[in-house]
Amino acid sequence: MEESGSVDSVESLFSVPLHCIMFFCVQVYKDPSKGELPLLPEELVQDSAKDVTYICPFIGPVRGSLTVTNYRLFFRCTDREPVFGLDLPLGALSRAEKIGAATSRGDVSYGLVCKDMRNLRFVHKELEDSLKKSAFEVLMKFAFPVSNNMSLFAFEYKQVFPENGWKVYDPLAEYKRQGLPNESWRISKVNDHYELCDSYPAALFVPVTITDEELRRVFSFRAKGRIPVLSWIHPESQAAVVRASQPMVGQNGRRCKEDEKLLQAIMDANAQSHKLFIFDARPSVNAAANKMKGGGYESEDAYQNAELVFLDIHNIHVMRESLRKLKEVVYPNIEESHWLSNLESTHWLEHIKLILAGALRIADKVESGKTSVVVHCSDGWDRTPQLTSLALIMLDSHYRTIRGFQILLEKEWLSFGHRFQQRVGHGDRNHTDADRSPIFLQFIDCVWQMTRQFPAAFEFNEYFLITILDHLYSCLFGTFLCNSEQQRLKEEVPKRTVSLWSFVNSQLEEFVNPLYVHYPSHVLFPTVGIRHLQLWVTYYIRWNPRMRPQEPVHQRYKELLAKRAELQKRVEELQREAANRTASSSSERAGSPTRSITPVQTFV
Amino acid sequence: MLSLGSGGAKSTKPSFVSYVTPEEIKAEKDPPKKEKHPDLLPGEVEFCSANPILKYSQDDLSQHGVFGTLFCTNFRVTFISDETPQEKTAKTFKNKLYGEKNDIPLMCVDHIYGVYDEKRKLITGGLVKNKYPSKMIIHCKDLRVFQFCLTFTKEEDAKKIFQGIAHHCLEEKSLKCVFAFSYMGTPSPGTDLSFCREMLRKQETIMFDSPEDWTQEMKRTKANCRLVIENKNFELSQRLPKYFVIPLAIGDLFSYQGKGLPIWCWSHYSGCALFKASFPPVTQEDGDFQKHLETMINAVAHNYLYSVKTEDLSESLPNIQDIQQSYNKFKQFFLIENSTDFWLSDVKWFSSLESSGWLDIIRQCLQKAVEVVECLEKDNTNVLITEEEGTDLCCVISSLAQIMLDPYYRTLMGFQSLVQKEWVAGCHAFLDRCNHLHQKDKECHSPVFLLFLECVWQLVQQHSPAFQFSETYLTVLSDSVHVPIFSTFLFNSAHHREGVMKAESPLAQSGPLSCPTVWDWSVQFDSKAQNFFYNPLYSEKVKHEKAVRKPHKPKHQRQLSLPSTAFKTPLKKGFFKDETDSLKKMLQVKRLSRWMGSPDSPAATTREFYESWQHRPVDYHGLLLPCLDGPAVRVWMQRYLRWIPEVYILGGGSVAMTTKLMELLSQVQDLKRVLEQRDTSQAAKIDHRPYIQHRLLSFGSSGRLSSSFPFAYTRNRSFKPIIPTGLMQRLMVTDSLASQEDEASSVASFV
Repeated sequence: MEESGSVDSVESLFSVPLHCIMFFCVQVYKDPSKGELPLLPEELVQDSAKDVTYICPFIGPVRGSLTVTNYRLFFRCTDREPVFGLDLPLGALSRAEKIGAATSRGDVSYGLVCKDMRNLRFVHKELEDSLKKSAFEVLMKFAFPVSNNMSLFAFEYKQVFPENGWKVYDPLAEYKRQGLPNESWRISKVNDHYELCDSYPAALFVPVTITDEELRRVFSFRAKGRIPVLSWIHPESQAAVVRASQPMVGQNGRRCKEDEKLLQAIMDANAQSHKLFIFDARPSVNAAANKMKGGGYESEDAYQNAELVFLDIHNIHVMRESLRKLKEVVYPNIEESHWLSNLESTHWLEHIKLILAGALRIADKVESGKTSVVVHCSDGWDRTPQLTSLALIMLDSHYRTIRGFQILLEKEWLSFGHRFQQRVGHGDRNHTDADRSPIFLQFIDCVWQMTRQFPAAFEFNEYFLITILDHLYSCLFGTFLCNSEQQRLKEEVPKRTVSLWSFVNSQLEEFVNPLYVHYPSHVLFPTVGIRHLQLWVTYYIRWNPRMRPQEPVHQRYKELLAKRAELQKRVEELQREAANRTASSSSERAGSPTRSITPVQTFV
Repeated sequence: MLSLGSGGAKSTKPSFVSYVTPEEIKAEKDPPKKEKHPDLLPGEVEFCSANPILKYSQDDLSQHGVFGTLFCTNFRVTFISDETPQEKTAKTFKNKLYGEKNDIPLMCVDHIYGVYDEKRKLITGGLVKNKYPSKMIIHCKDLRVFQFCLTFTKEEDAKKIFQGIAHHCLEEKSLKCVFAFSYMGTPSPGTDLSFCREMLRKQETIMFDSPEDWTQEMKRTKANCRLVIENKNFELSQRLPKYFVIPLAIGDLFSYQGKGLPIWCWSHYSGCALFKASFPPVTQEDGDFQKHLETMINAVAHNYLYSVKTEDLSESLPNIQDIQQSYNKFKQFFLIENSTDFWLSDVKWFSSLESSGWLDIIRQCLQKAVEVVECLEKDNTNVLITEEEGTDLCCVISSLAQIMLDPYYRTLMGFQSLVQKEWVAGCHAFLDRCNHLHQKDKECHSPVFLLFLECVWQLVQQHSPAFQFSETYLTVLSDSVHVPIFSTFLFNSAHHREGVMKAESPLAQSGPLSCPTVWDWSVQFDSKAQNFFYNPLYSEKVKHEKAVRKPHKPKHQRQLSLPSTAFKTPLKKGFFKDETDSLKKMLQVKRLSRWMGSPDSPAATTREFYESWQHRPVDYHGLLLPCLDGPAVRVWMQRYLRWIPEVYILGGGSVAMTTKLMELLSQVQDLKRVLEQRDTSQAAKIDHRPYIQHRLLSFGSSGRLSSSFPFAYTRNRSFKPIIPTGLMQRLMVTDSLASQEDEASSVASFV
């Protein structure tokens, strides 16, 4: 009686404004009979409460117990079959707040807005006269450790994995793979201690014809000192992908001799073309507006052989707003009759299209035009890595392997200072921070679109991408902490935390796409028409039980792979048996089957 | 800046004609002028031709083209290039009757536009008098678009060819002019062999044109109904099938020309069954007829447990005109004439889709089918679906429900038998609905059969492993409707078919002639190409794998359609008590609230039904339900996007996945074979499936195929990306966010 009463009262109380503070996820627990919380090393239960009600937008209120640890929030439903658990890493919380005042019955209700496209809402009894902190306070404390001067859970977590993910990326080895240094490109130690640009990596590749002295002058001409440096070089044509930030041209049209020389040198390093393409990711209006603030873009006068192209991609604020709208459209319920126009009104796929189209143009210039390109936006740490890394995935099949993709993220995103801490807001209570933006999510979405278009070209599967996104927020691993390489070294992140790649590479089979075919020199040109772009339902709408995917195709592949392995084993057994039994007489018969199975072994 | 639609001739580009000067034409024409003629099919006759005609190449943005001769025959419009034919590329998937690149079967022509003085006009029959357009644009029913320039040829030739094509494609004609009647009159070489093969195939696909077929089907589904043979000579009704099955309880067959007669579709293993009937609207005065209908409903109720639910589809679903209108809007998005149009429409893609309402109609049909399934499967109630004719939406809904309930219909042969049962023998008016004869009466045209295929495609894409056939199969089937060879889609009813076929037979003593049915796929595709009809993902039923298959006697697999624990079998209530009373009540309820008598909206209850099904483990040989939420209902990409070069994914698309899968499957088979060799004692148990099935493509080349494969197969396409134009046309971000700076410092004040 009382139970239902409490729920009703809460319902009536909050039917008013709180539009998006509803929630839920159903995760059927692997072992529902136990339903116990599987604690990670160093994970400690901080508080727990019984008789908590979940207001689930899909199945209605459910009752159960709530546990808060220093890593996660765990709700176990007790009044339903099958038993299910809700497991939310606290890092995924964007905002948590009490809804309304406590009622006369002493119920409190609070809503949690999550970074992973769901909102959760709980109701439970407030303990009267308790000296103990309420579950909500405990939650707030551990959900936003940075705001509470505590350290993130990643710094406590001490799981040991057989693989060490921090060793995945070695910049020099990666550049060596690309054939660098060579006669045109050298490594510069000018930023060895991050003194010239604290958001850039230590190892920078620049044309040999430019001296470090000249480079120093360029640093002051590019926004945040993010000078044009090499990202990737085409193994045959030597056309290079170079990244930078905007030039500090300003209203007066400032020029920098050394910067001009640098771009000329970049062009000269590629004998195949007498042109250089500069891709400015911004809409031209925004690029022009930046002149007011000292920024701008390369003028044709100053850069004679360069052609400037604007890619019309919007800024972080537009993207944040677009995702917010998308969440409104997909969570919790989908309005059937206007689904398509609602989706269109979020512009999310249109942004994806623009980013992919931009990357496609870059890849096309490099591959078909054999021309070197310079890519920049304003600061060169948001749109620029989106574009360069997507173009690199199109151009270089290495980045489509699991390890290659890890290297790509480590290089283009982490070492070149995408501001993960700011964009994600790890452990930070300030959810309205205008620096937050789903730039990285958008990039992963673009990669997903490509995996859909080329189902056999990527070594990793969808689960790999979702895992990356889940741990982008979870704060379990150190990989996505901090804003730059320099900060990560200062915080000793590699020493004090576990890398996500340690986890991933220790159980690779989970993430392998069984359809993968390795074509070494295969350039991918995706089609960017919106007709071929899809909303990533299995990510954005995964909390909706109705959108649960049917047995995924991969399941069937796995079955096939297993079946094949089993058969193979049997063949081997039989061969051995046959060989033992009739070692001499039937040797030729044993020979033929062996031959017929050799192609199989090539891609197990 | 860019114009759209019918006024599209004005473009920012210089006129397309200017790309080729007359001098150039001469130069190109110079090589020895050999008269070229199309390879005619048996019975095909050439009407007229014109040369030189410039055919714009579709996959080129720059409006270039090839010169050649344009022919019009009694079967098709065909274009033969003047250029020496390229070495015959070994195309894996080729239609034997017509080529996708240069042939348009007359029946496949949807609209013809003429460009007069830069203005595009829709050509209707009457318009064709003296003038001929400079450019002729043909939109096909299979969504291909052809553009021919007529200005280079002699005026009279141009006039002749244009008028000829317009006449044969647009003017109303009689059924006898359809090519099938010329085609079948010609005995094809090696008749005996092909005849035998056809017989074999026929055995596999049940045609439902004999009492035995129906008896067999009733046996398979354990139906307890009555086979009616009294309509053998269509004495009962010309709108009813020759043979059909009705509830046992019906005594009087001969009243009201079979109107209201419940035709049996399928029986659930519980005993309840699905019936369809034609229920004309009843007026108040017509008390007798009303009574008749009630007797009929009563008879359905008697089939099992005195329960019946009736659903008037003409009330709850869009009518055939709505369907036609919606599809007309929808298909326009895919009839792309140039890349500027393409990128312009790309921006508005989702809202355009929504405005056509086509996906919504698909959703409604699937929803209705799920409701029917729910009644049969969960409530074990007899269902009677009705509409005025009983041969349009009744066919859609009953076929869909059967596919969801009965795994047999998800096999290729089962599906074909289903189409025969519900659509062909079931008297769907293909001739009128497809408008094969270009009748002016627009009322009766409607792509109902296509709508059904669309719904099936949704099921296939959501539950691929449950279907033995592939989406390519469905696409080809949807194309075949417009190939005027097959008896399957040419008639309005069984009576119509028989009448025409008998009359057409020149040799009366040898019995009625038969033109091929569409199920004789060898008419269109060789066996290698037919392999594309099979879905490599199909999870075959383990149980039956070892058994020797008897295609003509498929076992009813319905025992598996539900794990028996999921739903309790209904109590045998109401069987003896108060039956008349409860029945009366029920019938009254039925008239008042049509469906289920419950105030809950059908959507809400089916939602629950879907969710309870969803929580059960996946069983591809059991009940299958579609997810109907917005993102789950999609556009049939293969059918609609296959001719649009802008969306080709070079080296990608599902073909990449399919080839890989086939590779895996064939490896598993290899290994099995090896095992078989090694282990002769167990050889009997090893699967003897046909081996060829999974060896379709040379896998090395699959990397260069495009997503449109196996259609629009262009090997020598340049491998370059398609870069969109006019990206920023509409993405207007109106708020102040767009102008904000990315930097943290400058946005500190932003809240």
